Amino acid sequence: MKIAVLVKQVVGSESSLDISPDNKWIDESNATFVMNPPDSYAIEEAMNIKEKIGEGEVVIVSMGADSVQKVIREALSKGADRGIHIQTEGAAYIDPLNTAKNIVSALDEENFDLILSGLQSDDTGMGQTGVLVGELLNMSTATLAIETDIDSEKIRVKRELESGWFQWVTLESPASISIQSGINQPRYPSLKGIMGAKKKEIKVVPLSLHETKQQVEKISIPQKSKETEIINTDIDSSVKRIVEILKSEVKVF
Amino acid sequence: MKSLVIIEHKNGVLHRMSREAISGAQKIGGDITALVIGENAESVSNELSNFEIEKTFIVNHELVPSYNVDGYKEIIEQVVDSISPNIIITGHTYQARDFMPRVSAALDIPFIPDIVELENSIYIKQVLNSKLNASISSSSDRVLISFQSASYSEEDIIKGSSRSESFDVDLDSSSIKSKSDDPFQESASEVDLESAELIVSVGRGIEKEENKSIAFDLAKVIGAEVSASRPVVDAGWLPSSRQVGSSGSTISPKLYLSLGVSGAIQHVVGMKGSKNILAINKDPDAPIFEIADYAVVGDLLEIVPKLITALQDS
Repeated sequence: MKIAVLVKQVVGSESSLDISPDNKWIDESNATFVMNPPDSYAIEEAMNIKEKIGEGEVVIVSMGADSVQKVIREALSKGADRGIHIQTEGAAYIDPLNTAKNIVSALDEENFDLILSGLQSDDTGMGQTGVLVGELLNMSTATLAIETDIDSEKIRVKRELESGWFQWVTLESPASISIQSGINQPRYPSLKGIMGAKKKEIKVVPLSLHETKQQVEKISIPQKSKETEIINTDIDSSVKRIVEILKSEVKVF
Repeated sequence: MKSLVIIEHKNGVLHRMSREAISGAQKIGGDITALVIGENAESVSNELSNFEIEKTFIVNHELVPSYNVDGYKEIIEQVVDSISPNIIITGHTYQARDFMPRVSAALDIPFIPDIVELENSIYIKQVLNSKLNASISSSSDRVLISFQSASYSEEDIIKGSSRSESFDVDLDSSSIKSKSDDPFQESASEVDLESAELIVSVGRGIEKEENKSIAFDLAKVIGAEVSASRPVVDAGWLPSSRQVGSSGSTISPKLYLSLGVSGAIQHVVGMKGSKNILAINKDPDAPIFEIADYAVVGDLLEIVPKLITALQDS
């Protein structure tokens, strides 16, 4: 089975977030980058499926500046077979449809049986690229898979719905599936894996430009909409104030 | 301005975020068409007939009796072709995340998800773990959007009367590429969080499973239900039916009192519509304090037992 995993490099949760001079994104020269955390679950699931079937290939696909090769190598060191890097200049915002069309061009003639992606990116949180690619390639799609039952005969995923509900879905092949975080325990790279990753191929594909249909006009710091009373005193005074709030202000009794 | 609101329902019961989507569509103004798909669509359209919208389309096709991503995509494409809306709106639910990108790619129009505010065709969305806002514009004459929960209030819906009509679609069974089994729950639902007036919510900050008893004790004293954030449910300390957030329930109680909830955005979207938010957390920088009315900085394991005693005494 041939499996592609869509992986993104994002600003880390501990990174500094200075707004850039043009107000359209953050100043990335001061930022630190990591592999998008939800994507690590998609990589692990792809590895598990390949190992279960006993044959196949896991290909990491990432779009961005040259720095994204770091996250591709990270995935290769966990056992993925090769990478495809869709190269952009700098870190300009590229809208999801544009991203998906670029991935589709890069995957041309690859004929993947399965495309896996994380449920969303921690930077823009658009949460749609895997499904867009699936539709553009005329694949079946499912999102938020919390369990998979995939072999050469069938593709079944357990989707997480809301409020504690779940649903098994059977998909025609080929399929593009987004993976819910927490589905598995992502492995760490072994020393052997890290050494081996250096020899694995990363194919670089140029960006092809498509019409941009959505743009970030401005980045801003959210305005706080309510006044917060901060209660930070000794325990007895805090307890007294909470009792007063519950009885007189919220009127719980 | 013409908008199409895609309605979500479970066995004929309207999803609250669909009401919020109607409310948001009314704020945008213009002609609003609601679309209800599936069996049991009639009872949903009855409720919609009391809202100030232009009309409701009902699609009840044998190939799509309940939610199916391929069927929804095909149906929405045909409705969009017929009425040419400028904007296609849903709540930002798990279901919307499943089908809206399919519609986006099929129609080649952008999908701007999880919007918290909309002004003069600028869509505001939280980015970078909700630490910053992005103002997004679209150059397309048609756009798909989904509203984050509590961005618009169902209480603001303008009442009126509207008609509903059946909309005929042409579907071929070959277009249905995925087959869904019936939805199921892994543990029987213990609670109905969405109708609870008072909620005590437990987060990772309770540290150990046995400490959840203090949350239940506090809830008992004030007559509240107990909810949880995802890490508590993932740890197996409380069942998923008690989970609040994007993968759990969406609540707007009179009181939401949190114990050791950090306030990750996935949780906050499920409770930020609460009327009063009192958060107890020992980390003064916990994101939950950003949206709290009352931010109590301190160790919940010390505060809550004393609070229970004080409430019992008073």
